Amino acid sequence: MATQPEVDMHSEEDAFREEVRQFLDQHFPEELKGKGNAMASVEGPGDETEPQRRWREAMGDKGWGTPTWPKEYGGGGLTRKEAAILNEEMAKAGAYNPIGGMGVMMFGPTLLEYGSEKQKKEHIPPICRGEIRWCQGYSEPGAGSDLANLQTFAEDRGDHYVVNGQKTWTSGGQWADKCFAIVRTDKSDKHKGISFMLIDMDAPGVEVRPIQMISGMSPFCETFFDDVKVPKENLVGEEGQGWTIGKRLLQHERTNLSGGGSMARMMGSSLADIARKYGETDADGRLADPVLRDRIADFEIRWNAFLLTARRAGEESKAQGGVSEISSVLKKVGTKLGQERAELTIEIMGLQGLGWEGEGFSESELAGVRAWLFGKATTIYGGSTEVQNNIIAKRVLGMLDHQ
Amino acid sequence: MAVLNEEQDMLRDMAREWTTNENPVTEWRKVRASGDPKAYDEGVYATMAEMGWTGIIIPEDHGGSDFGWLSAGLVIEELGKTLTASPLVASTIAASAIILGGSEEQKAKWLPRLASGEIVGTLAVDEAARHDPAQIGASVADGKLTGTKRFVHEAHGANLFVVAAKDGLYLVEKGDGVTLTDRKLTDQRSHADIAFDGAAADRLGEGGDDLLDKVLDRARVLTACEMLGMAQHVFDTTLDYLKQRVQFNQVLATFQALQHRMADLFADLALMRSAVEGGLQALDAGFRPAQAATMAKAEANRVLKLISNEGIQLHGGIGMTDEYDVGFYLKRARVLEASFGSTSFLKDRYATLGGY
Repeated sequence: MATQPEVDMHSEEDAFREEVRQFLDQHFPEELKGKGNAMASVEGPGDETEPQRRWREAMGDKGWGTPTWPKEYGGGGLTRKEAAILNEEMAKAGAYNPIGGMGVMMFGPTLLEYGSEKQKKEHIPPICRGEIRWCQGYSEPGAGSDLANLQTFAEDRGDHYVVNGQKTWTSGGQWADKCFAIVRTDKSDKHKGISFMLIDMDAPGVEVRPIQMISGMSPFCETFFDDVKVPKENLVGEEGQGWTIGKRLLQHERTNLSGGGSMARMMGSSLADIARKYGETDADGRLADPVLRDRIADFEIRWNAFLLTARRAGEESKAQGGVSEISSVLKKVGTKLGQERAELTIEIMGLQGLGWEGEGFSESELAGVRAWLFGKATTIYGGSTEVQNNIIAKRVLGMLDHQ
Repeated sequence: MAVLNEEQDMLRDMAREWTTNENPVTEWRKVRASGDPKAYDEGVYATMAEMGWTGIIIPEDHGGSDFGWLSAGLVIEELGKTLTASPLVASTIAASAIILGGSEEQKAKWLPRLASGEIVGTLAVDEAARHDPAQIGASVADGKLTGTKRFVHEAHGANLFVVAAKDGLYLVEKGDGVTLTDRKLTDQRSHADIAFDGAAADRLGEGGDDLLDKVLDRARVLTACEMLGMAQHVFDTTLDYLKQRVQFNQVLATFQALQHRMADLFADLALMRSAVEGGLQALDAGFRPAQAATMAKAEANRVLKLISNEGIQLHGGIGMTDEYDVGFYLKRARVLEASFGSTSFLKDRYATLGGY
């Protein structure tokens, strides 16, 4: 009798796994195998191919792009265990999740927590189907690490606001349909004067200018608001609650940004494989350059300790039913290690690893250079490393405010 | 901290309470002052045995509790926090060698006595100052072992040595043909060179050709557990100190330069804990234990070195005094870092295991 529930659980899991396999078999287009692109949300939509569209729609209809979100809003309604099975099976099949971007990573979870029923019904389902792209209106020219210093002002005009100001580092702003923004509704209080609202990017008065970065890409934009009319129903939570809601969203952002260092993982081959390809090995198959071999081992040890830490943070959060205190270090450590890996990668390749464009460089070599440059942003955005250090020192270690 | 079961929770709480109340660092000061070459209090070890700590990894039918490596590691981490001097790590490693490599007869003969704390075991591998298990000169002929082992941990208290010879591991009892020469290291614990001159040796015949590697991996993980406790303690006391010490009319903890250094150490300590607990879990699960153990001690070496140095620096001048405890941790840290694999040894091993 004691073992009965366990047996049932296993058979339920097996049944779900079978369901996933059949779904993938039926809907995942063979030609997309291994073609998932973790950078899709920052590199822009490009032109969706027919198979890509079909795959997005199939996953969207099923709600499996947002597997653990509630079914009533278009999510998959899966348990964490089931979502893990889904991931495993997708990885085995070379499939990827076509539903992503900031709507999924940051805005959706926040709206599910703070949004009105009407807002959830309106905004969550299109995110689950991957139909609407969201961008983040947070940073301003004078409000980077000191985000609460934001000045973009929303003036109350009865049934609507009129928004004026400038946002910057708007990731994917040029492709976004909508923007979740924090704006000032009260100039007399730094934190309590902030509200969280939703702005249509095609509303009159919104202008977007892409910023060219050192990587040559333009994943970020400046966004200007000139007398933009925003209906009151687009206010999330109460007026003045924006800082609280906005910070909650940043927690989702941090978790996702650290998430096992997607930047580094994308770069594919192990450092040892790259070193073998671009350097010499001895008769025993060991890397002939002992210094490089040492540095790779040194990196891999710390990298794996980081992956274990990410896993531990997840397990602790689950067991405690709250955010584990070590979650605070994941963003800072994961991004630093991602950068370190990128530096090692290009160094191993020599000048072949610094190609900008044209003949004589493989696709992965060129991509490696862009990823190395883009990766410099990871320790700046989403709360810079220095801001993370302040957070750890004050909130976790209880060291007093330095101001 | 890994997610624990109820049994492990209780064990850890018990160890924490006991070390805090019964065995703070002042107890180590007493042992040091006594000048006893064993460098531990036999009464204290007997108490630890009564609490069952000497038998945590030993099977129940040989007098242990078989609670596993994670449980053993929890206790050893707590002992590391207060620098509790005991041969528990050494004896547990010796027991693991017998569990992995002993015949039924050898297990029945030795494990119950190790589990009860009646005898103490220790591992004797290295023949030079640097850990190098590939360089073993000791050899056995007609059941008699000849060779010299250097810097053996807990040699003075041990009755039973697990000795690496060219063709495998052997059990040697303290007695005829076994001569100890004190090697007083900076941690002032028990270390000795041991000359074996035709000492009676009983081979551990099971466990395969890589028995020594397996035992060393266990030694690395348990040593890393002690180091984890030490790193945690130095971090905690340094943080407390920064919150109290006033200079320039300000508590030091309010200086951002120091806040960021502590945030860095906190992150490194998190990685160290994950690596060490990962090592324990890998031993329990039997999943890639060699990689996990190598990583555990490599991270322990890296982070404890960092934290023990920063601990001194952030304490300022008083950290340099014998009156403050932080110096004990620095000295013990370096001895443990060098034992069972320095950082360069471990990185080489990690690369080799990874096929590069």
